[in-house]
Amino acid sequence: MSQAASADPPAADVRVQTPAIEARSLSLFYGSFRALKDVDVAVPRREITALIGPSGCGKSTLLRVFNRMNDLVRGVRIEGSVLVDGRDIYRPDADLIALRKRVGMVFQRPNPFPISVFQNVAYGPAIHGMASNAELEEAVERNLRATGLWDDLKDRLRVPALSLPPEQQQRLCLSRLLAVEPDVLLMDEPCSTLDPIATARIEELLFELKKNYTIVIVTHNMQQAARVSSRAGFMLLGDLVEFGATEGLFTNPRDQRTQDYITGRFG
Amino acid sequence: MSRRWINRITFLFMGLTGLACATVILLVALILGHIAYHGVHHLSWEFLTTAPRAGMTEGGIFPAIFGTVFLVLLMTIAVVPLGVCTAVYLQEYAPAGSKLVHAVRLAIQNLAGVPAIVFGLFGLGFFIEFAGRSVDRLFYGGQLHFGQPAILWAALTMALLTLPTVVVATEEALRVVPRGHREAAYALGATRWQMVRYVLLPQATGGILTGTILAVSRGAGEVAPILFTGAAYYLPELPRRLNHQFMELGYHVYVMATQSPDVDATKPILYATVFVLLTLTFLLNFSAVVLRARIRRRLAEGR
Repeated sequence: MSQAASADPPAADVRVQTPAIEARSLSLFYGSFRALKDVDVAVPRREITALIGPSGCGKSTLLRVFNRMNDLVRGVRIEGSVLVDGRDIYRPDADLIALRKRVGMVFQRPNPFPISVFQNVAYGPAIHGMASNAELEEAVERNLRATGLWDDLKDRLRVPALSLPPEQQQRLCLSRLLAVEPDVLLMDEPCSTLDPIATARIEELLFELKKNYTIVIVTHNMQQAARVSSRAGFMLLGDLVEFGATEGLFTNPRDQRTQDYITGRFG
Repeated sequence: MSRRWINRITFLFMGLTGLACATVILLVALILGHIAYHGVHHLSWEFLTTAPRAGMTEGGIFPAIFGTVFLVLLMTIAVVPLGVCTAVYLQEYAPAGSKLVHAVRLAIQNLAGVPAIVFGLFGLGFFIEFAGRSVDRLFYGGQLHFGQPAILWAALTMALLTLPTVVVATEEALRVVPRGHREAAYALGATRWQMVRYVLLPQATGGILTGTILAVSRGAGEVAPILFTGAAYYLPELPRRLNHQFMELGYHVYVMATQSPDVDATKPILYATVFVLLTLTFLLNFSAVVLRARIRRRLAEGR
């Protein structure tokens, strides 16, 4: 973890070859219900990976495995292993806080805290020990710029975050997340509560962000997956049926079930 | 049964239930009206700011007002941290479905059902006889300082009585914080305490405040818990230390109603005192209701 935590590792280090996230024969149980079945997946760095599939197929569950958000659910049990930067995040001595700092998450519904715009973005740096006002102001500006909010909001940093329209709230959540300087962004249907125009703008933002971040996005929207991702996985009833280059998956799926889903036979 | 009979019975029950409601309103109005009618004209600035004189047949009630405020203040200082911490533990820290949580919830429910006079006896036995005496033995070489009725012990006894109110209100306030806010904080790498401190508690402040006001209003009105633990019949001086005794409005009412040497001379004072006590509790309750309505509205608007 110490090597991985350093800010700018040398270009030729091991991280270039190892996937950002890797799951090996991963199964997850809610009580006796098996929500993930022997999933093997490798998420490449600095790319957008999309997970698609019908409701209840386990795509959100898989996403929440990667930063251990499932720990908050009672009766969850994991088999197999999940590696982030080659280290098993479910090993007994794993540092949960450090993991969630590195692997952040944006949720389906924008969930800014009911405090000001500034305080939302400053929350992460503040809880991770950034104390000086100048530093916090700098972090807020940088991360609002990163999501394209700065020009709109620079004079309104003190307004309550919940007074913003949904798209800006979601961008704000992204800024709040970027402020803790993660490497991986997990996105759980981030556009499902937004209108098409706002969705298109968020997608543009994702393209911008993938230069610096590894992104995994769960989406209901197949067009979105086709537009934004370079890798895609199709899930069904807890199985990762197919995983590969997005173009191949959509134009020439190997599995009949994938074919059926993307041509709209069910879903 | 014929149509006509059904209609008559319907009318009869409507009348009966309506009458019951009218009785309730009438009774409340009667009590309040009676007290206001007899109490208001004796109210004056002097009444509120001077001490009783001539065996409570003259003078004001300032020491009792002062004692009530002092008591309630001490009680709040004791009950709010204890109640909020209990609620936070129950809601956020304790493993769901654990035996301990079950036991604590049961204890709190039972605490809410204990008669006030039992709290008074408990305060006498535990705080004064046990805690107070121990303090005297340890720090004062057995001299009597804290092993006697005192405002500190009365406030702590009252805090126990009002503890369930604060716990329940805080739990409620924590429960309505959206799950998404908790998840967002955790997903940023917040520890549980950072989540509680910077996400939950700020949002629960309104609910905690409401619970506190209700506790204060209850504490200002109860007499039984302080009967043996610190309230005094009459004191020439205001309490200045935690181990002093004090006068209190509710107790003062009780004393004037039962121990006055001249019932007729005390009567107007008694009415006015009850009026002050009622006004105080009503104002507190009213502010709690307003506060709660405002919080509900804010939550409904999603702000």
